[in-house]
Amino acid sequence: MEYMKSDEIVKLFKKRLNKSAIIDSRIETKTAGLKKSIYSVIWLQIRLENFKEAIKLLCTIQFPHFAIISGNDIGEEIELIYHFSIYYAERFKEISINLTTRIPKKNLKIPTITDLIPGAQTTEREIKEMFGITIEGLPDLPNIFLPQDFQKGAYPWRRDEKGVDKTVRKEDEVRKVE
Amino acid sequence: MTYSVPIGPVHPSLKEPVTFNFEIYGEHIENVNLAPGDNHRGIEFMGRQRNPIQIIYLAERICGICSASHPFAFCKAVENAAGIEVPEKAQYIRVIIAELERIHSHILWAGIAAHELGFDSVLYLSWRAREEVLDLLEYLTGNRINYGIFMIGGVRRDISKEQIPRVRKTLDFYKDIYSKIEDVFLNDPTIALRTKNVGVLTKEDALSLCAVGPTARASGIKKDVRQDQPYSAYADLEVKAITPDILTGVVNGDVYDRIIVRLLEVVQSIQIIEQCLDNMPLGEIVAEKKLVKLLNQLKKAKGEGIGRHEAPRGEVIHYVKLNESELPEVWKARAPTYNNLMTWVPMLLGQQIADIPIVVASIDPCIACMDRVTILNKDNDQKSILTKKDLHELSVQKTRRITP
Repeated sequence: MEYMKSDEIVKLFKKRLNKSAIIDSRIETKTAGLKKSIYSVIWLQIRLENFKEAIKLLCTIQFPHFAIISGNDIGEEIELIYHFSIYYAERFKEISINLTTRIPKKNLKIPTITDLIPGAQTTEREIKEMFGITIEGLPDLPNIFLPQDFQKGAYPWRRDEKGVDKTVRKEDEVRKVE
Repeated sequence: MTYSVPIGPVHPSLKEPVTFNFEIYGEHIENVNLAPGDNHRGIEFMGRQRNPIQIIYLAERICGICSASHPFAFCKAVENAAGIEVPEKAQYIRVIIAELERIHSHILWAGIAAHELGFDSVLYLSWRAREEVLDLLEYLTGNRINYGIFMIGGVRRDISKEQIPRVRKTLDFYKDIYSKIEDVFLNDPTIALRTKNVGVLTKEDALSLCAVGPTARASGIKKDVRQDQPYSAYADLEVKAITPDILTGVVNGDVYDRIIVRLLEVVQSIQIIEQCLDNMPLGEIVAEKKLVKLLNQLKKAKGEGIGRHEAPRGEVIHYVKLNESELPEVWKARAPTYNNLMTWVPMLLGQQIADIPIVVASIDPCIACMDRVTILNKDNDQKSILTKKDLHELSVQKTRRITP
């Protein structure tokens, strides 16, 4: 198997996607141990329209190891970070790739990646219930982490009016009080 | 006609309580539905009100057994975000603690696996053997679990020259008894009968479901963060991902292979600790001793970082974003069971009810969901409850039945 260097991977992304698709790219190198061995971490910020395409491109390099999606409410938009790594199973070769995208709050929708990576289902469901983002193409399954009777329309990771209070009462408890 | 059998949801020993809904035809499992999240504690939400140093101790309490792995990954993430360099000696001490944790976690798991099969004498003997490493951890860190040794930029306690003989004594103890443990688990005909070709996870399924740790390695994927992306002192040490074909020459991806991987990893951990003791450099153990100064430095830092660590159950990953404020803007933690959850489905399909305990335990999730089982007969609406005890009894009976 041929291994690309981290700057070559960034170049590949820039070449194969639209010119405007990649908003920001950054390569971090970290050292470890007495010998100061190096490993690298790639951060790419990608426009929402090209995001699925970018993940398809990543899958052509090697079937990536997918860790998790983290998210951040940054005001008008929600930022999602998909943490991947490629070239695993080989000493010193693994490169972490973090793909970031921003979704406007007016239209909270992102296509699913479970058709490419089935293992992403759990984390996509988590994002759906914690942010209220519609994952297009994901079957409508019940809540995975929040209780089934959790307050409707409240999303714990949001920082705006749709966020939750410090104490959350389940719906049946609210009913009892009333 | 199939029966619907819900199992779960809560048991005190589980970090992630899970409900299973099984569709059972006779003794065979036709379909599995997972419903986790019954004990979601909102730890990341709590982290929003704490500064990074306080979060270390919160991260430690995500899991009682991985109480070195989560702070390890969290500290790495903060160091990456703030650009803090960890002194070499601290990197070695971190690895020693992490590997001691792996030894105790894998031996704990071996005991539970034996218990699920009905070998309670093996459970007691292996947990007795585990005491030695817990005593050593208490000697080195002050605590048997929740060690409180990690700090952003290093560790809080040194391992001095005088302490090293005590560490070597414990390692020798495990080297002495290892052949016995291996004999019990790998050469016993009953354990082989109950675990070979049970709960098979193919390499393709493990890859597509993003499995991590011993669960992935037992299916033949040589994935190990310590080997692939060496961090801390692992970059200086010999680490190779362990797959079952090292011992047997073949990969079956069954429960037996997961036992092999975990047992060989105990030996590997002993070797890693010995290499660490031999090569341990001198110097500082923490980048910034004064906590107020460190907090001030973190308050001014801006950036994001990930920290990955190979915990006993697989890859742990933490993401931290610092934004010139006392509290981190984002903290996301992911434990290995989160990824391995989905692998239960292909493992359990086609198995028998009596195999549920050992298959579920085989990914090392902390065996919680066996709390209670309700069997609902759809025809006449009869409801009967199987407790964990009953289910365990079924498993013990199967062992007796198939033992020649």
